[in-house]
Formats: sequence, C-alpha cells, structure tokens
Amino acid sequence: MAEGHPLSATLQLASFVGEFADALDFLFHERESVSGQTEIGGSELFHLTGNHLALSAASVGLAALIAVPLGLVLGHYGKGEFAAINASNVGRAIPTLVLLAVFVAYLGIGFVPIMLSLALLALPPILTNTYVGTRQVERDSVDAARGMGMTDAQLISRVELPLALPIIFAGVRVAGINVVATATIAPLGSVDSLGTPIIAANVYGRDGRLGAAIAVTVLTLALSAGLAALQRAVTPRGLKLAPTRSRRHRLLTPLRRRAEATP
Amino acid sequence: MLLAQIQFEQRKGDTCESENGFCPSWIGDNFERYVDPFWQHVFLTVTAVVLGFVIAFALALLAHRKRWLIPPISVTSQVLYGIPSVALFLLLLPATGRGNTTALIALVSYTLVFVFVNVSTGLDGVPEDSIDAARGMGLTENQLLWRVEVPLALPEIFAGLRIATTTTVGLAALAFFAGAGGLGEPIYRDIGFKSNVAVAGGLCVLLAAVLDLAILHAQRMLTPWRRATP
Repeated sequence: MAEGHPLSATLQLASFVGEFADALDFLFHERESVSGQTEIGGSELFHLTGNHLALSAASVGLAALIAVPLGLVLGHYGKGEFAAINASNVGRAIPTLVLLAVFVAYLGIGFVPIMLSLALLALPPILTNTYVGTRQVERDSVDAARGMGMTDAQLISRVELPLALPIIFAGVRVAGINVVATATIAPLGSVDSLGTPIIAANVYGRDGRLGAAIAVTVLTLALSAGLAALQRAVTPRGLKLAPTRSRRHRLLTPLRRRAEATP
Repeated sequence: MLLAQIQFEQRKGDTCESENGFCPSWIGDNFERYVDPFWQHVFLTVTAVVLGFVIAFALALLAHRKRWLIPPISVTSQVLYGIPSVALFLLLLPATGRGNTTALIALVSYTLVFVFVNVSTGLDGVPEDSIDAARGMGLTENQLLWRVEVPLALPEIFAGLRIATTTTVGLAALAFFAGAGGLGEPIYRDIGFKSNVAVAGGLCVLLAAVLDLAILHAQRMLTPWRRATP
C-alpha cells in the first residue's frame, strides 16, 4: 500500500489495536507456548505475580530490617549524616541492570543473589528517610521525654520512631515501587516473575511480552496508589492535626541533589 | 526452564574465560566491542536529557504564569515516572517500532518530573524582595523572568538536571528492550561473564559520574555569585 494512502493509516491503527487485544487475551486466557509444550498465560500469571510480589516483599523487608534500625540509631546520635544522606544519591547513580548483573555474575543465579541485589536497591531510600525522619523530630519532644526519665532505647522506640514513621514509610514506599518495577528483570537471574514472559520471549511470543508489560505497569501503579493510601493511614493522628503546608506546596516538594528525604 | 532460554555466549580461550571469570587480558583484547554501545548510550542519555529539559522547562515557565496548570502537569509527569521502564519500552513498540524513537520517547518522559518540579520550586523560591526591587527598577515581566527569577532559581534547576541525568544513564541501560542498543545490550547477552559485566557496568557508572561532574562544573560557571559565600 502506498505511503500516505488513507487506508494505510487505518490498517496501521488496526494492527496497533490488534496487538493490544492479543496481549490482553494472553492475560485472561491460557494458551500453548510458542513451541507447544506448556500452557502459558491466563491463570499461570497468578503464579508469576505471586512470585514477583514474594521476591519484592522479601527484598524490601530485608532492606528495612537493616536500614530502619541503622537510620534510627544514626539519627538519634546525629552520627554519619554524610553517609546517610548521600546513600540515595550514590544508589541512583548505579543502574539497576548493572546492580543485578553484578550479583548474578559474581554470586550466581537463583533467589538469594537476586533478592540481595534488590535489597541493596531498596536500602538507600529507606536509610536516608529514616535518618532524616529521626533528625527532624522536634528537640522539645526529645527533651521532654528525657525529662520524664526515658533511656536512649525508650526514646528511640517510643518517641522518635512513631514521630518519624510517616517519613520512614515514604522511604519504604519509594523503595517498594522501585523494587517491584526492577523485579521485572529478575528472570535474568533465573528467578520467575512477571518479567518472565518479557525475558523468555521465545516461549511466550509477542503477545506474552506485551501482556506482561501491561501487567507489570498495572501492578506497579496500583501498588503505588495503595501504598500512598497506607501512608496516610499510618500517619499518627497528632501529626495530621498539625498545620500542613498548602496543597500546591505538597505537590511540589523540591528534589535537591543532596536529597533530604523522598516526599 | 529459564536457563535453557538464556543463551550464554561460547568463548574459547584460557580457563579464566571459559569459567566466566574476571580476566584483564580478555578485557584488553575485547574492549573495542564496547565502544559503539558506549557512544549509543551517550547519545541516548544526552538527547533524552536535552529534549526533556527543553520540554519541562517550557512547561514550568508556562505554569509559572498560569498557576492552575501546575497540578495537572506535575501529576501527569509523576504517573509517567511511575511506569516501570522495561514495560514502557515494550508498550511503545507497537506504536513506534524498534529503535531510537521508542527509546527516546520513554527516556524523555522519565526526565520531565525532575526538571519540571525543580524549575517550578526554584522559581517559587525567589525572594519577594528581589522581585519587588526589580519591579521598582522598571523591569518588564520578561526581563524580570530572565534577569532575576531564572538566575536566582539556577541552583534548584541544576539540581533537577543532575538527578534527571544520572537517572537517565541508568534507564538507558534498559533501552535495548526497545531495540536501541546501549551498554545494557552486552550485559544482557552475557550476564554470567564477570569480565563483561565489569566493563559494561563500569562504563555505565563512569558515564553517570562524568556527566554529573560536567553539569556541576557548568553550574559553578553560571552562578559566580554563589562562589563567594560558602
């Protein structure tokens, strides 16, 4: 068909819509794989999604287990500010694919190396936010708690942790979204995730590849919205009553190079 | 099942190479194969950041005058940023095909949020006193913008540019999903080979560091008044 012919544009649009329709069909109905040996698509995606989320949860959980106590202690004593604040900047400069590839090449394939690489990806935002959250607790509150005879450990767990919780959770949210997005390339280390149809395209074909891309996008955006709602829920009521900044201001928190904390 | 799908490149040579080790001699002999992907990576990063900066800067100036535009633009750019990069490259394929166009559309859309947010907050952060003084000197709205507001917002603007650049270097490593090459391609092809991952990954990190320092240097040159006050 000649270039610029009115029909050619229509045909192009039709094939474009058709590709997305085929991809959606892959998501909702099982079919045979390209080589015809196994069933793919449809309910198989429950297994892949489950694996994807389990891998992500394990990675973020491990990162939080290390970064939250570390950030609380560093923030409480005001030590290691440079490292805690710059962790996020260094983390951003290392491409996720490179991080994952280094773990696969040097530690090998399988669940543990992939989980460790994703945990390392999740660590910086949680550490930075925990540190900043702990530091910005009002000195008056800390002084009052000290006056009541609290020990350092009590101060951290009963005053600083609850007051820093919204900011810590913001760090966990950012880390979680990053990890879920990056778990798409986990199959490079032979761990199944929703990225499997993308990486193993010769089994799943074009429909599988596009279908998985749609599924990963929906999962990430849904998780992002869900965690934002949860963040509002975990904010202590006392902090919600505090005078908040204007709505416009909240939409535009500056992203500084020496990033304070992720909003 | 997956292992069978990922084809490991067959390398003949000494034991270091056949055992997927870190081999300086292999790196020396094969460094050439990384040159083209490296320059493709540079092309993708620089083009995406320049285009993204121009678009987001224009949008931020527009929103500076018409304030009601700020929420829709910032929410749109944040949602775009929230789409996983691998997925966005693949979602664009049916519309724009394999190649640089697809990769650049995705990469540009990821830079918007950083530049837009930082230019907007930078312009908002200009002290009222400076604006009043400029108005008192008889500056027109355009003169006020380009001679007072934009220069005073430069530190914020550059901060956004730096974040956008390092992020784009990382995302361009996945541009091979859109058929646009870059340093991610050799990593993906032979992810188990330590030498390969070390060279290609090292070049990625090096590129991010060099571009970051270059922008920092440009910022120092353009904001001489900040050098006096540490």
